[in-house]
Amino acid sequence: MDQLASLAGVFAYLSLLTVGGGMAAYPEMKTLVVDVHHWVSDAQLVHIYSVGQMSPGPNMMMVAALGVMTAGIPGAAVAAVAFFLPTGILTFGVGRLWTRLANWPWRDSIQRGLGPVAIGLAVAGLLTFGRSSINFKDGTVHGLVALAVALAVFALTVRTKINPALLILGGAVVGITALR
Amino acid sequence: MSESAIPAAAAPPAPARAVSVLDIFLTFLLIGATSFGGGVVAYLRGALVAKKKWLDDVEFLELMSISNTLPGLNATNMSILAGDRLAGTAGAIAALLGMCLPAFVFMTAAGIAYGAQHGASRVFVTAALAGVAAAAVGLIAATWYQIGKKSVKGFYDAFFILAAVLGVNHFKFSVPVVLLAVGAVAIFAYRPRPPQKPSAETDESERWISSLR
Repeated sequence: MDQLASLAGVFAYLSLLTVGGGMAAYPEMKTLVVDVHHWVSDAQLVHIYSVGQMSPGPNMMMVAALGVMTAGIPGAAVAAVAFFLPTGILTFGVGRLWTRLANWPWRDSIQRGLGPVAIGLAVAGLLTFGRSSINFKDGTVHGLVALAVALAVFALTVRTKINPALLILGGAVVGITALR
Repeated sequence: MSESAIPAAAAPPAPARAVSVLDIFLTFLLIGATSFGGGVVAYLRGALVAKKKWLDDVEFLELMSISNTLPGLNATNMSILAGDRLAGTAGAIAALLGMCLPAFVFMTAAGIAYGAQHGASRVFVTAALAGVAAAAVGLIAATWYQIGKKSVKGFYDAFFILAAVLGVNHFKFSVPVVLLAVGAVAIFAYRPRPPQKPSAETDESERWISSLR
């Protein structure tokens, strides 16, 4: 019961930080889920987050996996509802208000100002995530292979129209052959 | 962007399109189950604008701009906003549920499977996921690189990006502190300007000012 309440609190709080996408909340998620509550290890969080990238639909549904690992199916349900309901209600309310605010001059200011902040928070989250997923503590070769995979996927995504799911699959294949 | 030209009469959403709630649920369920590889927004546009013609591109972009500004993921925010436009509150709930259910089943099953592995399979899965995680870094970096290339303009934007990155990663402030502090300064920097003092960015207004002198 306590565990479910903690899950609800943590994921409701994290959901409010997802400005511009889930990555913005990653540093705070790592602090709470790994360091404070010890629900999963740092490596496990990286793995679960990565699986979320393979999921159809909202990739942050990875919170359900964290929930089920912490407190079974009820944990998954609580984590998912806590993560998607508060921002959902906010979006619903503001969405109706927003068109009515068409002539409110600050509307464009908010939109314009939060754009770069969202990018900055995503980069910060990515750096935190990257430090855990591309690391040299399992050996230099391990780190270099991971770095090469990341760079290759980056280049292919920017330069070609290849389906990202294939690139993720490719990462898994490289992992199995070279990162054991 | 001049979305301020959109008539205020568009809210509250009039369900003039007569789209059934069941149809909305099934459409979003299909997107929620098939949008592999991220970029749910592209799948949404394909279904809602191109295929079903429930929204036109102008409406879709308007919803995107709301969705981007608010916390929450684009996939779920867009579902709520579009569902609301199409059939009011029930439409918003149906769209959100449809979008989320497949991923919920997928990730819950993944969490169970991940927690249950042991022995040789554990080594195997850990290695595969180490590769997936590295690929995810490249993928997410590419996504944000592309967004940044399109939307970052000038010194202010670069400054706010850097402030947010350093605030979280170097100075170890918590994300909400950085969001509120840098966000407030950024919004203030882009505060509404009175029309008689146009921003210096547009050549036209500069010429207009110098013509007054």
